[in-house]
Amino acid sequence: MKKSVYSMCGMCTVRCPIRVELEDNRVTWIEGNSHLLGGAMCAKGSAGMALVDDTERPQQPLIREGGRGAGRWQKVSWHTAYDYITDKLKKIKVEHGPESIVVSSRSGPWQGMYETFCHALGSPNYANHDCTCGSNTHHASLSLNGVGRTGFVYDIKDANHLVLFGRNMFASLSIAENLQTLDMLDKGGRLTYVDVRQTMTGLKATRFFQVRPGTDYALALSFIHEVIRKEIYDKDFIEKYVSDFDELCSFVEQYSPAWAAKECGIKEKAIKDFVEEVAADMPRVIFHPGWNLSRYKDSFYASRALHILNVLMGNIEQQGGLIIPKEPGDCGVKGIRNLNCPKPDIKRADGVGWKYPHFDKNLGLAHLFFPAMRSGNPYPIKAWIAMRHDPFTGMPDPQEQKLAFDNCDLLVSIDTHYSEFGWYADVILPESTYLERDNPICLQKGSTPRLTVRRKALEPTFDTKPAWEIFKQLADRMDIGEHFPYNTIEELYEWQLEGTGYTIKDFEEKGFIPLTDKVIMYDRDKLDGQFKTPSGKIEIISKKLADAGLESLKPYESPIKPPKGMFRLIYGRSAVHAHGHTINNPLLHELMPENTLWINKKSAAKLNVGEGDVVDVVAENGVTERVRAHITEFIHPEAVYTVHGFGRQVPLQTRAYHAGMSDQKLMVGKLDDWDKAGGAINLCEVFVTVRRSSRNPKRRVEL
Amino acid sequence: MNKYMIYLNTKRCIGCHGCEVHCKTNKNLPVGPILCEISHDPLKSLRGVPKTEFAFRSCYHCDDPFCVTICPASAMIKREDGIVYVDQEKCIGCMACAGACPWGIPQLNPDSGKAIKCDYCMERIDNNLKPACVSKCTTHALKFVALSDL
Repeated sequence: MKKSVYSMCGMCTVRCPIRVELEDNRVTWIEGNSHLLGGAMCAKGSAGMALVDDTERPQQPLIREGGRGAGRWQKVSWHTAYDYITDKLKKIKVEHGPESIVVSSRSGPWQGMYETFCHALGSPNYANHDCTCGSNTHHASLSLNGVGRTGFVYDIKDANHLVLFGRNMFASLSIAENLQTLDMLDKGGRLTYVDVRQTMTGLKATRFFQVRPGTDYALALSFIHEVIRKEIYDKDFIEKYVSDFDELCSFVEQYSPAWAAKECGIKEKAIKDFVEEVAADMPRVIFHPGWNLSRYKDSFYASRALHILNVLMGNIEQQGGLIIPKEPGDCGVKGIRNLNCPKPDIKRADGVGWKYPHFDKNLGLAHLFFPAMRSGNPYPIKAWIAMRHDPFTGMPDPQEQKLAFDNCDLLVSIDTHYSEFGWYADVILPESTYLERDNPICLQKGSTPRLTVRRKALEPTFDTKPAWEIFKQLADRMDIGEHFPYNTIEELYEWQLEGTGYTIKDFEEKGFIPLTDKVIMYDRDKLDGQFKTPSGKIEIISKKLADAGLESLKPYESPIKPPKGMFRLIYGRSAVHAHGHTINNPLLHELMPENTLWINKKSAAKLNVGEGDVVDVVAENGVTERVRAHITEFIHPEAVYTVHGFGRQVPLQTRAYHAGMSDQKLMVGKLDDWDKAGGAINLCEVFVTVRRSSRNPKRRVEL
Repeated sequence: MNKYMIYLNTKRCIGCHGCEVHCKTNKNLPVGPILCEISHDPLKSLRGVPKTEFAFRSCYHCDDPFCVTICPASAMIKREDGIVYVDQEKCIGCMACAGACPWGIPQLNPDSGKAIKCDYCMERIDNNLKPACVSKCTTHALKFVALSDL
């Protein structure tokens, strides 16, 4: 029997809208939703079909036998696994208090479900993965604009000029954003790209700055300097909505294009020419404030500077600029209900909200649970439930993490595949793949808000379950089932949609429900109340930062050069993989079975390393990863670069096992190297030695 | 006379290799054969900016295809609209076609033991749809062009 189902992709966390065709419970076709993407889909999206068929993923719940990480598993029923987990959780609750339980997950529209479970258990310690992703960008926007990083959507298609600092959008794909950008370029728009190496995005750019690693903040400051010097800013907007503009003017006086050119290793004229372009293109100029900007020690301030540039452009609530996302209320309709449980009034173990008052209390900072795990302060952490979150792949130094995790009595991994953390955990609960499960309805805010939903396209191949059922079952056993007011997904949908006038059937026509048929824009003269800072203004000098003892306008400090013979290790993404999630997917593995280490041509010549040679990449304490070299003149000589997610050590993932190198394993001691202002881990502050590996045979000695 | 061709707008191509997987999944191919291919030359510095162009190749559907004449089983067929395809019923998997093709386009499907090549997804064409690579191209860079339109 043939059928067609609108749903949401799950190969990466962009969650593009899709339509799936099936015949007799077999997927025959997946495409991007034609109403929103015109069918467009990336390689990962199509490879979802191989994910369903992949037998190298957990096929039923597993409970560990033998030591952690030994890889001996007992196959158990779901009831046994649920009972095992909840018996342990009950014991931990009694002995150490509910606050000793941590729940972590990826960020996104379904965080509320996992957070609800955590809070209902009595623990405030839910955290998403943003300490290795958007935390700096989020907090930079909060400190300046009073709204977080989802507080604006970018109207790229109507822009004249998009400026990207390391936002390699044509490799870290978001198809809707990609289409907007290419449409903008087709219309004659400009794209300026800043990175330490050439990328797919740089190829499409009309201007490319290859900067010295760690100098993004310097370049952004010189842009501000030049924009202010030439008075290319929206004076009315600043007058009306921005405080402390004079402080900004005197602060950036020292950061001239000539100075930045020297600091970043680029041409002064190029900076000046760029600002000329900006003058011609404003206000429709978007400075992207960063996506995964958990990189350098000053990434928070770099992001803040980019946000400030947007403010100077006066591009907020402006076509071709930053649009304030609209909600159901703006469309005159009632919103959906989401699972929710108030956070228990207990100090968070990661210090967010009390030790670090300037961070967003709702998101937490996952890496700051490790100090608590190690020291027992402010209280011990005894259980960690990782919902589609892989701390060992996402965060630095898994060896160091393991020492801390060994103080826990229960480690649970809920995921569709074997994560590195899952392999070390006590219990693996296999979630059904995105094609085999339903997820709750979610609201997509924007200039045209809509409701979307992921629907199960086919019955699960193996004995796997959807998250809504897993958390319901765990909650019932922990006597907190009332926070999950449903037994079936249909009941959950009904509960979510109650009072909206919509039913789940209304999603079937297009895969989403538009809440408006026209773009909703606020009056730019009446934006008071939109900037939720203490003063209600866009705060150049943030009271919140000042209260936390942090500067708002931080003087630039030059990044240290790698010691002689060493390189700064930079990571990134390719268009065919989504970090560690997809490395073992048969079709994506075929496209990219291993990563490589990009080395500058001149540096490689000194090391006597040629294209394709095996190199040892050595961290300071001797930890070594091995990988093939890619030699190019288009990377800064201070840096070496690799695609993140490889070098996996789960033996049952035969394709991914030890294929390529892992950057996070080389970040020895870097779990505690994080940004006190932005909260994110500094993932590009590690230096490595590269040498030609002894694994390159000199000559053949056997027959 | 060839009626169709696939055109790549290199200005929009981002070298994401999506087309290769769209093609494979539509034809239900295992790891091994890749019927269309995105490639690019090494980066070159143009006025200080490293640049390259992408190219797309599937099958040229030659006017006078060597693969058709060499096939001992008459399994390689050129349709009236120019599409060259493998009749999977007739193919004996000898791969003479691959040897005869100047570009080695036909490939062995290890699952079926038979030759497989780009046929512009002719079942889709016959249903007024576009080839998989074009339908799902990530950036709408690939276009399916009917030459009679020109």
